[in-house]
Amino acid sequence: MENLLSIITFLPMLGAAILVVFLRGNDDYAQRNAKILALVTTLATFVISAVALISEFDPSNPGFQLVEERTWLAGLTYKMGVDGISVLFVMLTTFLMPIVIGACWTVTTRVKEYMILFLVLESLMLAVFCALDLVLFYVVFEAGLIPMFLIVGIWGGKDRVYASFKFFLYTLLGSVLMLVAMIAMWMEAGTTDIPTLLNHEFSYAPMTVLGFQIMGGLQTLLFLAFFASFAVKMPMWPVHTWLPDAHVQAPTAGSVVLAAILLKMGGYGFLRFSLPMFPVASELLATFVMTLSVIAIIYTSLVALMQKDMKKLIAYSSVAHMGFVTMGIFALNKQGLDGAIYQMLSHGFISGALFLGVGVIYERMHTREIDAYGGLVIRMPAYALIFMFFTMANVGLPGTSGFVGEFLTLIAAFKANTWIAFGATSGVILSACYALWLYRRVVFGDLIKESLKTITDMDTREHLMMAPLVIMTILLGVYPALVLDIIGPSVDALLENVTSAQAAAHAAMALN
Amino acid sequence: MMIGTDLNTVLPELILAIYAMAALMFAVYFGKDKRANTVFWVTAIVMVVLAVITAIAPAGARTAFNGAFIDDGFARYAKVLMLLASASIILLSKEYLQKNDLLKFEYPILIALATLGMMMMVSAGDLMSLYMGLELQSLALYVVAAFRRDSLRSTEAGLKYFVLGALSSGILLYGASLIYGFSGTTVFTDIASTITGDGLGLGMIFGLVFLCAGLAFKVSAVPFHMWTPDVYEGSPTPVTAFFATAPKVAAACLFARVLHDAFPEAQADWTQIIALLSVLSMFLGAIAAIGQTNIKRLMAYSSIAHMGFALMGLAAGTESGVQALLIYMAIYVVMNIGTFAFILNMERDGHAITDITSLGQYSRVEPARAAALAILMFSLAGIPPLVGFFGKFYVLKAAIDADMAWLAIAGVLASVIGAFYYLRIIYYMYFGDEVDPLTGKMPALHYIALMGAAAVMLFGVINMFGIEGYAAIAAEALLK
Repeated sequence: MENLLSIITFLPMLGAAILVVFLRGNDDYAQRNAKILALVTTLATFVISAVALISEFDPSNPGFQLVEERTWLAGLTYKMGVDGISVLFVMLTTFLMPIVIGACWTVTTRVKEYMILFLVLESLMLAVFCALDLVLFYVVFEAGLIPMFLIVGIWGGKDRVYASFKFFLYTLLGSVLMLVAMIAMWMEAGTTDIPTLLNHEFSYAPMTVLGFQIMGGLQTLLFLAFFASFAVKMPMWPVHTWLPDAHVQAPTAGSVVLAAILLKMGGYGFLRFSLPMFPVASELLATFVMTLSVIAIIYTSLVALMQKDMKKLIAYSSVAHMGFVTMGIFALNKQGLDGAIYQMLSHGFISGALFLGVGVIYERMHTREIDAYGGLVIRMPAYALIFMFFTMANVGLPGTSGFVGEFLTLIAAFKANTWIAFGATSGVILSACYALWLYRRVVFGDLIKESLKTITDMDTREHLMMAPLVIMTILLGVYPALVLDIIGPSVDALLENVTSAQAAAHAAMALN
Repeated sequence: MMIGTDLNTVLPELILAIYAMAALMFAVYFGKDKRANTVFWVTAIVMVVLAVITAIAPAGARTAFNGAFIDDGFARYAKVLMLLASASIILLSKEYLQKNDLLKFEYPILIALATLGMMMMVSAGDLMSLYMGLELQSLALYVVAAFRRDSLRSTEAGLKYFVLGALSSGILLYGASLIYGFSGTTVFTDIASTITGDGLGLGMIFGLVFLCAGLAFKVSAVPFHMWTPDVYEGSPTPVTAFFATAPKVAAACLFARVLHDAFPEAQADWTQIIALLSVLSMFLGAIAAIGQTNIKRLMAYSSIAHMGFALMGLAAGTESGVQALLIYMAIYVVMNIGTFAFILNMERDGHAITDITSLGQYSRVEPARAAALAILMFSLAGIPPLVGFFGKFYVLKAAIDADMAWLAIAGVLASVIGAFYYLRIIYYMYFGDEVDPLTGKMPALHYIALMGAAAVMLFGVINMFGIEGYAAIAAEALLK
């Protein structure tokens, strides 16, 4: 199959187009049809991508596979392809989207538009992970803001307007600097082809900008421009403040997409661009980024401890977990990269499940206040069990996927800088505090609140949404090779590329 | 006969001039405003036909009247764009003018004369023909600005535009006379040959600055933008739509023509001026629009910001910069036609509304129109994958290529600020509080323009409908 990736990427958009053109009316049947069509489309996308992964993708090949290329405007190319790293993010996206659509099932306002936006968003997210052209990547990376802005703004909570504007402008501000850097890279290297750029050596000779001496020269400037975008997207402390707002106001399905997939674009960007293209700058700034990561881990864990809103608590916990990812990436060793990718995938399942879990009780009680709950275990035993499972996974209990990622990144940090590892490990303890305390306050205790006495346990739809996430969390927890075998060759190649470039730079500087 | 070839070269202009006078006679002698409908349609058709004639004309540059008139790929690109824009605006104006008792036969004829002036502007190869074209355009525009003569706002707009326009013409003329005085010629190519490698003399610099100031007024670049919001607000809406499209193209292209043809050796001098105009326009356009609730004023500031971006292409001073400018103007015109097709129908119970708060929850009343306007707003804000982004992309690339990364960074920062007010319109339509819905019935033509523009913004991402190639040819013709 020549256009396999394009088919996978644009299938959801085709579903959206069918909804736009053919679905009329707004009665119950039309709403139901919209949901069913969206579900079928996302399931089909998942099936095709799974078949493609198994039959067409060769994990032992570290390069880009399933590549397709067409000329596009302005001398750019429409080039798609996946390697061991991106293929798993594609799978994560296609795997989670049917669950996300399932989470939309109870929505009754503007259902058709809601489904259209999620389908378009899926296409754009898939394109981000498949794009092998710099500007193509930027276009789809940024385009994802439009559906997310509307999802938060139209279906969100009380302060949705503030949250959606903040989300949009914050991320836009980060990205535009990256755009300038991308154009500068194009001018410098003469191409926007990502595989070629991966082997291009950008100048690292020191230069002076506005009177400041810049170590690492052009590489540092480009690195910082990309960093502005990915750090906001990730999000890293101190530019994380849009995330709690956006999460709290977003509808459940929006929160799931945001936490499980959109945040991963930042980490993916670091792996795809910052590290391999600017190896010298990465080395120079590694300690800086790792310090920010540790601050994020400790600080946001403490902040999470004091939250009164469940979604906000999980949002802060996401920031902390993303701190492990950036820490792992910039430890610049194999465990770090493996662990970072693992942590991102695992966080996709776990945080998605936690937001779904909050959604389950929010739909029944219409509040996210932690104080409004207590004693849920009495009326909702199944929910209590599943929520406990994901709380433990969030803490990083061995046997769940959360453990593998955190453990690998901590080893990597230890190898790179003991103090960083020390700080990050204390974050693990803090995460146990806030997660278990949340669990105790919501699920245990006496069922004294009058309104909770009639609450019902999870229904079949909710079980069906949770089941695949439970399976994946356990599977990845007990059998990490499943992921590590696929990412291994690509990570090795990436690391070798980076270390040899750094060694060459050291040698060149030593000569001078 | 020399004059024969000369006339042949200016044939499209000649046809339009003769048509305008013939149409005037026809309408005056055969029923005046009863014929207005016919004149509207025929004028639009004549313009479209001229656009086709211009588009299929053989390639290569021809000059007429001793170099005063240049017919090259650059001029042809601009002319096709302006003729199509003018024709669309004439057709879009009809319903609105009819509803407001303004359906007069002079309107399309004035637009035709303004368009004729613009065609001369972009073809000017001499300071004299430059000024003639500019004044023909401006005089026609002063009149249409005050077209609703019983309205205080409209006459005020016309008067304001006239006084400030006359001032800027004076400045421009003074600059032109200085340039003539110091170079001894008015022909662009001869002016260029008098400039040597040593740079410009003081007199020439003064002339250049005054010339740029006059032209900056016409493209409404900061700090010569003061007239724009008032004139946009006061003029009848179709006239505002016209101001926002074709004249901007003409002025921007004239700017490029003068600087590249007459001052190619002085590039280091004028890129500074243009870069400054560009930065100021982008930021003022972005910041000043934040507080606006009147959609016409908002579009005025929006066009100031967009002209700032277009000038960035000119500031680059390269062929790819001119190409970016031309692409940007084409995209800008399409976005504005679509947006104004919507604004023309903002009314409630027969009264025109310009307040954007009246769009509250418009998406529930008219989902298709709201979606189209939302697409246009995202495109104006420059969010990918809409075509508006690629317009910005080309100019940024040109600026960075010309080692003006600071200008590009300033531009993207301004565009983030500017995104706020475009988002605000979407906010009212989709998230805002419900208000009495707008009741305007959209005529078919307006509907087609709105939906068509939105579709162009959406599907242009595939290959921009080939505009890139045409702009490349045009830019190459200018910098041959």
